[in-house]
Amino acid sequence: MNQERFLHPPREFRARGLAVERGVRLLFSALDLTLNPGQLLQVAGPNGSGKTTLLRMLAGLSRPLEGTIFWDGQPLERLEEGPGTCLAYLGHQNALKDDLTTLENLTYAGRLDGSAGSPDQALVMLDRLGLGGYEEVPARYLSQGQKRRVALARLLLQKRPLWILDEPYAALDVHVIEVLRTTFQDHIDRGGMLIITTHQIVDIDGDCQTLELAPSQRSA
Amino acid sequence: MTASLFALLQRDLVLTLRRPQDALTVAGFFVVVVALFPLGIGPDPEVLRTVAAGVLWVAALLAVMLSLERLFADDYRDGSLEQLLLVPLPLALLVLTRTFGHWLVAGLPLVLLSPLLGLQLGLEAREIGVLMLALLLGTPILSLIGAVGAALTLGVRGGGVLIALLILPLYVPPLILGSGAVDAVMHGSSAQAHLSLLGALLIFALVTTPWATAAAVRIMLD
Repeated sequence: MNQERFLHPPREFRARGLAVERGVRLLFSALDLTLNPGQLLQVAGPNGSGKTTLLRMLAGLSRPLEGTIFWDGQPLERLEEGPGTCLAYLGHQNALKDDLTTLENLTYAGRLDGSAGSPDQALVMLDRLGLGGYEEVPARYLSQGQKRRVALARLLLQKRPLWILDEPYAALDVHVIEVLRTTFQDHIDRGGMLIITTHQIVDIDGDCQTLELAPSQRSA
Repeated sequence: MTASLFALLQRDLVLTLRRPQDALTVAGFFVVVVALFPLGIGPDPEVLRTVAAGVLWVAALLAVMLSLERLFADDYRDGSLEQLLLVPLPLALLVLTRTFGHWLVAGLPLVLLSPLLGLQLGLEAREIGVLMLALLLGTPILSLIGAVGAALTLGVRGGGVLIALLILPLYVPPLILGSGAVDAVMHGSSAQAHLSLLGALLIFALVTTPWATAAAVRIMLD
């Protein structure tokens, strides 16, 4: 397995006093969390409890109503090159270009975010996720599950210390879920960090925490 | 850094080549609109010559606007825009690169087509030269301003019409200066003043609009 070290070393990831409102509903307030290198955080909660909103916020894509998120003691928005240096994010959408082939999707993304390895690395990763032989196929001809795998391959190639994954297992079959589980285990063992939402059991040995979001209440 | 920006530009251009109809519609629209004018106002060469600069410029504005909706909308829909926000580079630079790609595909073909259409409307060689120069300076301004509008209407239903309402008023200065430049040489004076102002406007747009576009993208994704 071609696993190099991270582009940037893992550091403490911390959020203090987060509060979020969506429309008239207060999703959560005064939420604190700390994640150290080698730790995993599973965000759980019923539909509509704000899991996706929280993850987007932790990835620096949206701003909290109150509170601050820190990487290595620095507020996320003050990081010199933005939150993308320390974290990789995969949301509900796979962010693939239908008109590009599987391999092109990976190589352009790698060159764009500065983690570009050789095309061989991308091919090895595709092979691991069961997409060997699909590298020249335009993404539009892939199934939902295959697209998800390409998106995950892109994330795994980014070599960021913190992964923020929103329902990564969606549309995946048992075999790929098992491959991912070992990849996550590997990531945690090497001191990486992982924030994940899933309705499945995250079966990983190590320092795992769970954050249970309460069903949302109406704000006063 | 330049490697990242080049990768973005290259990806955008490859995507355009794989779907050439988008770029061809813009150029086709430009040609058709200009070709319709002689049919509408009659074949009198003197009249056509007088309105030529204005017609070409207005057609260029509308053609560029036609292409703006897609500038960020596809990336917004498939989630690529979120990933772009996480690229460890200033978003304004990424947006500027994307806008440059848009100009190469939508603006530059109009500049290259304009001599042919100018000839059709009876412009003389000197006037056509100035027209091309004015469009060369002016169409990047259209793309830059348009990018702000495209970003502000992300995810809004009927965004295309909204873009038009938002940015057409902002297209007035390049329109006046651009067609004014051709009018000036037509009446025997120099187009230098118009072209200089157009150049100044381009520099101003280059420096300011990417930041506005980046801010708008952030807000719309929040």
